[in-house]
Amino acid sequence: MKNLISMRDLTTKEIMHLMEVAAKIENGDIVPDMQRKLAALLFFEPSTRTMFSFDTAMKRMNGDTIIMSGTKNTSAKKGESFADTLQTIAQYSDIIIMRSPIEGSARYASEVVDIPVVNAGDGANQHPTQALLDLYSIIKTQGSLENLSIGLAGDLRFGRTVHSLAQAMAMFGANFKFFSPSFLQMPQYIKDDLKNSGIKFKEYKDMDGNISDLDILYVTRIQKERFADPEDYEKVKGSYILEKSMLSDVKENFKVMHPLPRVDEINKDVDNTKFAYYFPQAKNGVFTRQAIISMLLGEV
Amino acid sequence: MSQVKQIKVNAIKNGTVIDHITAGKIRKVLDILHLEGNEVVMVGMNLFSNKIGRKDIVKIENKELSEFEVNSIALIAPEATLIIIKDFEVAKKAHLQLPEHIEDIINCPNPKCITNSEPIISKFKLTDDQTSQVRCLYCEKKYLIDEVKIKK
Ligand SMILES: [Zn+2]
Repeated sequence: MKNLISMRDLTTKEIMHLMEVAAKIENGDIVPDMQRKLAALLFFEPSTRTMFSFDTAMKRMNGDTIIMSGTKNTSAKKGESFADTLQTIAQYSDIIIMRSPIEGSARYASEVVDIPVVNAGDGANQHPTQALLDLYSIIKTQGSLENLSIGLAGDLRFGRTVHSLAQAMAMFGANFKFFSPSFLQMPQYIKDDLKNSGIKFKEYKDMDGNISDLDILYVTRIQKERFADPEDYEKVKGSYILEKSMLSDVKENFKVMHPLPRVDEINKDVDNTKFAYYFPQAKNGVFTRQAIISMLLGEV
Repeated sequence: MSQVKQIKVNAIKNGTVIDHITAGKIRKVLDILHLEGNEVVMVGMNLFSNKIGRKDIVKIENKELSEFEVNSIALIAPEATLIIIKDFEVAKKAHLQLPEHIEDIINCPNPKCITNSEPIISKFKLTDDQTSQVRCLYCEKKYLIDEVKIKK
């Protein structure tokens, strides 16, 4: 693995290896030392959470970071090409971690520079470290990634996170339930991909009463702005809010995940149940990113 | 020779014939060819073909196709046959083949794709599942070949 650009580039074997490394880092069996290593965090689109998670990962390994954040890239105003900006940054740092609204920009960056590049999100395309931390959270709570029952709820149409997760879990033979308003359904091309891989899925309008056989329920936010008529939003929003009262007959191993930040799609009364897993999930993001960075820099 | 005789009225001395183009695709093929306007070009449309039912055909005098033109035509008319004529004889005949890697031929239709904002050679790959689809190696979006614009 020279770069981490897209989940498409990874085999199940590579994913499993990465999960093992993350587990060893979490348990302290591996202590990667990034002293004198510098990661350049280039965030051409704001994402405080993802940036903090990478920053933390690097600093937990005694490494350091330089941060460039803001819209587009700052040198563009002075007429510098994107390629030149990247080449210059690559002279200062050991690894580039990049987020951009432009799709394919991380792939391009990896062709321009000869240090490793990590895609921290490129528009609606890929966000592989999120997918991997989700997989790590699932394997940690379920013991395996094979043949699980996974519910995906909320905005399944525009949610890049749920797309990646569905595609990644399909590699391990999952069984899906999709919960969304009809116009925010999982896009057809993802459903086609799932069908082609022989993955079963069913679509529902309502979570309540349909989650008792799930191992994982992955909740995402529905943005009010997606609705043309605010009244339509008010009508459906209740169907996609998870409450403690809905958890009475769930499985013992059941866990609720969420990429965060949440607004009101998971009621606060779920937080103190043993099923809530969204904050540990965020912590897993740090271990996963530590594993990715240290593998790319050849430290493990 | 008999083949050439049959179409003698349209025979060309030197040049290129693209035969067995699926009927209706000739316009796209002509679009790809960098014709300057003074070439002798003969076009046949909806001709009867034993092989593919109805076909289109184009003959261009004194023209050899560039690699770019051959690859582009292979993309939109993969069933076509390319014939090079030298001195009224068939000098070379080849079935076109869909290139697995399609470089610098298609413009990515995705406006948010980096290939549309940076000076990058576009790269596409045929998808495994359906031969009529290509995937941009940058933004990873999938398109039907009929949907994409061929560069000129
Ligand atoms: Zn593209």
